[in-house]
Amino acid sequence: MVRLHDLPVEELFTSGHRLCAGCGAGTIMRMTMKALRGPTVVVNATGCVEVASTIYPYTSWKVSWVHVAFENAAAVASGIEAAYKALMRRGAWDKHVDIIAIAGDGGTFDIGIQALSGALERGHDFLYICYDNEAYMNTGIQRSGATPHGAATTTSPAGKKIPGKPEFKKDLIGICVAHGIEYAATASPAYWNDYITKVRKALEVNGPAVIHVFSPCPLGMRFDSSKSIEVARLAVQTRYWPVYEVEKGKYKLNIKVPQPKPLTEFLKMQERFRHLFRPEFQHELEILQRWVDENWKRIAALCGEPA
Amino acid sequence: MARLMGLTGNEAIAYAVKQCNVDVVAAYPITPQTIMVEVISEYVYNGEINAEFVCVESEHSAMSACVGASLTGARVFTATASQGLALMHEMLYIASGLRCPIVMGVANRALSAPLNIHGDHSDMMGSRDCGWIQIYAENAQEAYDWVIQAFKIAEDPRVLLPVSVNIDGFILSHSMEGVNVLDDDEVSRFLPPRRPLITIDPAKPITVGALCLPDYYFEIKFQQIQALREAYNVIREVNKEYESLSGRKYGFIESYAMEDAEAAIVCLGSTAGTAKAVARELRKEGKRVGVVKPWVYRPFPEDDLIRALGDVKVLAVLDRACSFGAPFNALCSDVVATLYRNGKDIKIFNCLYGLGGRDITPSDLRVIFNEALEIAETGKVKEHMKFVGVRE
Repeated sequence: MVRLHDLPVEELFTSGHRLCAGCGAGTIMRMTMKALRGPTVVVNATGCVEVASTIYPYTSWKVSWVHVAFENAAAVASGIEAAYKALMRRGAWDKHVDIIAIAGDGGTFDIGIQALSGALERGHDFLYICYDNEAYMNTGIQRSGATPHGAATTTSPAGKKIPGKPEFKKDLIGICVAHGIEYAATASPAYWNDYITKVRKALEVNGPAVIHVFSPCPLGMRFDSSKSIEVARLAVQTRYWPVYEVEKGKYKLNIKVPQPKPLTEFLKMQERFRHLFRPEFQHELEILQRWVDENWKRIAALCGEPA
Repeated sequence: MARLMGLTGNEAIAYAVKQCNVDVVAAYPITPQTIMVEVISEYVYNGEINAEFVCVESEHSAMSACVGASLTGARVFTATASQGLALMHEMLYIASGLRCPIVMGVANRALSAPLNIHGDHSDMMGSRDCGWIQIYAENAQEAYDWVIQAFKIAEDPRVLLPVSVNIDGFILSHSMEGVNVLDDDEVSRFLPPRRPLITIDPAKPITVGALCLPDYYFEIKFQQIQALREAYNVIREVNKEYESLSGRKYGFIESYAMEDAEAAIVCLGSTAGTAKAVARELRKEGKRVGVVKPWVYRPFPEDDLIRALGDVKVLAVLDRACSFGAPFNALCSDVVATLYRNGKDIKIFNCLYGLGGRDITPSDLRVIFNEALEIAETGKVKEHMKFVGVRE
């Protein structure tokens, strides 16, 4: 596990960007850049990080950075990887380049899933990082395939009849692992050394790797901007966000949570779940707790851990 | 030393790509373009070319991968048709906006619905404002020649824009013709491996594709407009250089029998071949008719068109794609705008033809020529928009 004094002092994702105060994604980008091992190109899907870090003529990126569109970060990364291979063969290029595609949950779970699946199947050597703030936060908090059951968004509002999103979150890592890729992991910015270690490990894989990281969003999840890391930590400690990795098909639970905190501690901090605490929607809390329990049980079993 | 090969339009394009030192091909199969992708795959799998073939899961990803590869500094080719081009639509604008000199072969095909796999120009005409240089070939020879020239035009630092080389689906894509091909060495001398000015080289980091707000967006688009204007000069230079290499003369427009023509047909692609044959017959009957075929549709060659028209009195402009609800279809609108801007009072009528691969026959074209001649006589246009060969 990486230690603080191992990390480079240089900031390749610089301050001055226009992400919101307390934005988890900003912290995640900074940590990602601390894990680089050499020449790197970042491909960024349209989303919060993209719009807030590169308002022309400014940029927060000290690595080469490319934004093409919303749904195609993995496809663009495929083209870059193929190009370096071809250029190397004809002697026009001589260094290995790490390619990191970065997209939010909308750009990954929903509109970008086809491009991601294609790139994983073709086996390009790149790392795909999904920073998951569990809704389309950039366009003003609309539900995505990553939004959890019960959460209120502007397209799954806390209505009188339907209390937030009726559906459940997709299993992104399950989908990625099903492609037979060598490395996939979840992470949380509250466990910085676990995350940075994983980014480095994923870069070292020869082939596609995926990291799915929880990205606390004060604006969209609606909590005080000083509480981002606390929310991210509670997500793990309530077993809402299991932190694990899958290496060559072998599952490993990286952060054990033997005595989970009640899920309500995580939910109560965020106003997107406030309506669930009304007496008429109490049963929704039970549904959500059951989903968390079952998800944890499933992952624990895959990791060979006691539930 | 030139050699004669029997090639379909698709094969002619694939063969040109093989000779062009292409680095990356990212493509998805679609009728009637499929053979382009198949032949290129064979070249790659047999080790005949050095290129990486990215066999993507959609045309959207094809163009996305092409953009990524092009920004990395690779010479990039893709091919598509119809629905595939429509699916790429978003990415076409990004490829030109990010100034990626990608070359794309398009085997033009109708757009759904109803589903139809045959040739018309609805696909490329639906994307004609995407900022690409757009070329229409009349036969397999022209397709081969234009692909080689297209890379040189696209990659010129004064241009840096993508180019589409269009061939009529099935009519050209699947018809075998004799094609004079150049030697590999000759092509390599004409078109050495790509040397890009700027790439995403990690040693010299750059940010590409930033969010651009109202304070800068317009200027960046204006640079694109200027680049397309500049392409006009570059295309001319490249045509000249290619002529001295191949002996085949290209330009913006091919005119046939226009010197003393009273009436002429303006059309794109393979139809021009039939139109020329019909014009030849009519000339034997003493009728003064000619044909004007724009090779380059974007940038639209206004001056060349005016020069080509000479003292013609009537134009029949043939469109193989419908601009629903518009006063004229696409090609005719451009011709009318050009005449207006140049103060030319030429009678004009628009013929919509060949949708979904409906054949256009020599007798259809004879009727059109005769109607144009009649207008030349009477000075009266009967119908501004005709539908050729449709059961109304």
